[in-house]
Amino acid sequence: MASQAAEGQVAGTEVPASNAHADVFPPFDTNYFAPQIIWLAIIFGLLYLLMSKIALPRIAGILSSRRNAVDDDLAAAAQAQFDASQAATAHEKTLATAKARAQALGQQAHAEATQAAGARRGQLEADLAARLADAEKQIGEKKSAAMANVESIAIEATHAIMRQLTGKPVEAGAVANAVAAAKA
Amino acid sequence: MSEAGAPVLDPIHQFHVKVLAPLHVFGVNASFTNAALFMVIAALAVVVVMLIGTSGRSIVPSRLQAAAEAFYEFSQDMVRQTAGEDGMRFFPLVFTLFMFILACNVIGLWPYTFEVMAQIFVTATFAFSIILMVVGFGIYKHGLHWFNVFKPSGVSVFMLPFIVPIEVLSFISRPVTLSVRLFANILAGHIMLVVFGGFVVMLLGAGAYALLAPLPLAGIVLLTAFEGLVAVLQAYVFAILTCVYLVDALHPGH
Repeated sequence: MASQAAEGQVAGTEVPASNAHADVFPPFDTNYFAPQIIWLAIIFGLLYLLMSKIALPRIAGILSSRRNAVDDDLAAAAQAQFDASQAATAHEKTLATAKARAQALGQQAHAEATQAAGARRGQLEADLAARLADAEKQIGEKKSAAMANVESIAIEATHAIMRQLTGKPVEAGAVANAVAAAKA
Repeated sequence: MSEAGAPVLDPIHQFHVKVLAPLHVFGVNASFTNAALFMVIAALAVVVVMLIGTSGRSIVPSRLQAAAEAFYEFSQDMVRQTAGEDGMRFFPLVFTLFMFILACNVIGLWPYTFEVMAQIFVTATFAFSIILMVVGFGIYKHGLHWFNVFKPSGVSVFMLPFIVPIEVLSFISRPVTLSVRLFANILAGHIMLVVFGGFVVMLLGAGAYALLAPLPLAGIVLLTAFEGLVAVLQAYVFAILTCVYLVDALHPGH
């Protein structure tokens, strides 16, 4: 209203309106009572209809569908977690079983190996003992044979010694008797 | 705040209603004024946020949709906490009131705009409509028992002749305080802004005193922030008091 007014002068463009109500505080200017209320009722009424019929039900729908989606996702996640823990338990059980079986197998193999080794050692020992006995027997035989030879050698040696000492042959029987006597 | 730079610094100037399109219906003045224009702008702003913002209906919201949802949930909590589950039938009304007043106040803070809520006729229309609705709905719902709202329970019969007139008086004063609170807060804030703006202009034109001009300018900055708070707070207060008064329509017994 006073936008074009020079200082101290009254605006020229809206003189009738502004002068008529210059002394009224503008918000209390009853001339605008009716237009304010009429337009407020129209605009606020339309806005109320748009909000209550379209906007608010739509947002309620968005919020509830989001809540459902979140709830579904959470339920799915909980289910997946449950499944995973189940799988982990099953896996651990399988692992424990396999471990136990492996241990049993190992122990069995160990026992079998020990047994086989023992058996083989026994066999070898028996074999060795047999061969040892055989060898001892042979030694005994050889020893007795050698001892038999020793007698004839002693007789011959005695013959030779006697012939050298006496210068005449000695009777064979006497020498043999003497050797046998000495031997005894 | 409008035309703060005009040579004549009139803080009241901004509240002048101007007729933009004269209109008379059945002899009643129904002219389209600048107040009506800014009511339309505020309503359109609400429509942009609440209708266009939510048109995507997305699970992961856009910025505008997130704002719309925040307004929705904020108002929903406000109505539910003050008026209870029964009060949710008035949620669309309280929500529209809150959003419309908020939009008018926030838009009215911009320079060269018009502040609709600084018009006592507008706030009074809201306030008296709400109180009439409380009375009408209360009587429709509870019949004549509704008038027990004026008789606090547990008061002895001898006290009633004193208490009832006080209760009636406080009920009648509700629309007045409701409308004047909003109107006066907004009006005073806008006048203050223009007065401080006027100080800046006057100091700039006063020779050496121009050095002091930044002081009221800083004051305007602070005041603008404060008025932003008032704009939101008064919309909230208006909405929450509407909820409180609506409780009387639903549950007349104190």
